[in-house]
Amino acid sequence: MSDTTHDGAIATSPTPSPDDGLSPSQLAAKYGLTVSGARPGLVSYIRQLWGRRHFILAFSQAKLTAQYSQAKLGQLWQVATPLLNALVYFLIFGLILDADRGFSTEVYIPFLVTGVFVFTFTQSSVMAGVRAISGNLGLVRALHFPRASLPISFALQQLQQLLFSMIVLLAVVVGFGSYPSLSWLLVLPALVLQFVFNTGLALIMARLGSKTPDLAQLMPFVMRTWLYASGVMFSIPVMLADKPAWIADVLMYNPAAVYMDLIRFALIDGYGSENLPSHVWAAGLGWALLVGFAGFVYFWKAEERYGRG
Amino acid sequence: MAENIDNRAGARVPTVIADDVHIVYRVNAGSGGKGSATAALSRIVRREKGEARGVRKVHAVRGVTFTAYRGEAIGLIGTNGSGKSTLLRAIAGLLPAESGKVYTDGQPSLLGVNAALMNDLTGERNVILGGLAMGMSREEIRERYQGIVDFSGINEKGDFITLPMRTYSSGMAARLRFSIAAAKDHDVLMIDEALATGDRRFQIRSEQRIRELRKEAGTVFLVSHSNKSIRDTCDRVLWLEKGELLMDGPTDEVIKAYEKETGR
Repeated sequence: MSDTTHDGAIATSPTPSPDDGLSPSQLAAKYGLTVSGARPGLVSYIRQLWGRRHFILAFSQAKLTAQYSQAKLGQLWQVATPLLNALVYFLIFGLILDADRGFSTEVYIPFLVTGVFVFTFTQSSVMAGVRAISGNLGLVRALHFPRASLPISFALQQLQQLLFSMIVLLAVVVGFGSYPSLSWLLVLPALVLQFVFNTGLALIMARLGSKTPDLAQLMPFVMRTWLYASGVMFSIPVMLADKPAWIADVLMYNPAAVYMDLIRFALIDGYGSENLPSHVWAAGLGWALLVGFAGFVYFWKAEERYGRG
Repeated sequence: MAENIDNRAGARVPTVIADDVHIVYRVNAGSGGKGSATAALSRIVRREKGEARGVRKVHAVRGVTFTAYRGEAIGLIGTNGSGKSTLLRAIAGLLPAESGKVYTDGQPSLLGVNAALMNDLTGERNVILGGLAMGMSREEIRERYQGIVDFSGINEKGDFITLPMRTYSSGMAARLRFSIAAAKDHDVLMIDEALATGDRRFQIRSEQRIRELRKEAGTVFLVSHSNKSIRDTCDRVLWLEKGELLMDGPTDEVIKAYEKETGR
């Protein structure tokens, strides 16, 4: 607090002071000094984080903008990249492989594109989370702010990225005959839940990645396995019809599959509730609360140690 | 936050207390062994028992104890790698101490925002981003924005502030970084050899700004290899060597001993 302008008058005096006999910790206690870099309590941590909300938002937007700032087309790539992605999947799975078992093409293509975009949201949040601390050690060692700002900011960046993809997605959905209806509004709560889930996951990965940066090399394989197990390109119940039912159940209640299904159900006319497991909203909410809260606490527990390389 | 009780004339109010601080860096890979994949693998396998063996420890600060008081300007000197910057980071609470404790009044801050800025963004956005990263509010930044830009002198040669920072010359970028960092007031301010940026004109301006910051801050730490700038600004000097506090006393005394030791 700079209000007490101390005009440089040097207070050093050789006279013996009553503080001489005190140990450093007693001296600190006497003048109300606090341990530098100590971990704040959970509530005051959340308060600090809230105080930094502008930084978190600005940092995520800056990262997003910086991504394409060297390209000639600039920010157009925010939309062009997901569009090209969708085209590739349409080419391979829609035209060449004919993988649309159980669905008509009008349902399958939006089904596929939704799956890809929604899964990419989680995937890139995890990958950004791993490097959130270990890739920004310079920042962590130079400035003071609640460290959770970084993984949250990266998750937020991915959310903004997804919103650009949504433009493409809505165009695809309409192009294949599902027109805007009230059920589209369900996309919003589903995205909020997925965002909370992703943030929790990014926080967990950030702490793990700060200790073991090697995870950045390992995670793509884990994520690819998760992608194939979540039914991004196929319908789980149709594909696993001849396997024991519990396998399909496990796969369908995994968070990635749950959020994909919620958004597909909201957007695609031909994708009714018969394709969804029961209590799917409860599952989505449960995953978000569980992972969001656990991830936050887990990250906060190591707050004072993140500067160490 | 800072309870400035007992600030009578003559009373010495401590602002920073370092109590037997040790800092250890852990460095991956640098292990004396082979760098091959099999060696790395066997390191990972052996890690099971106790401390990771593939990790080398660098004991950067070894048992430093001192007390800094309100109104003091303290210089840190020592040869390269003696642990000066590391000690500053520990005081700022940015680098956790292995053992020992640092007690501070309020939140000490390092002068510098380099790490928060992004070369691909315009100078304009970097001013805002850097300000937010230092913990300023949006209103504060809006108020000081023009001051920061004017101080940096970026716009003296045309409208550069709206161009990406990667298009700046290295001197221009350094000036903008300093201007952003120096825009905030600090309780306990730490400066890590920030003085030597930009051209002659800018150096004079920035030295002046640092003197202003000194007046506003309770306590100032300055790391520098220029004995002149230490003499100009500091009244007390800590001499670090190999992570140990070799000497702590009035500027003249310590600098003399240091110059004798380093042969100058």
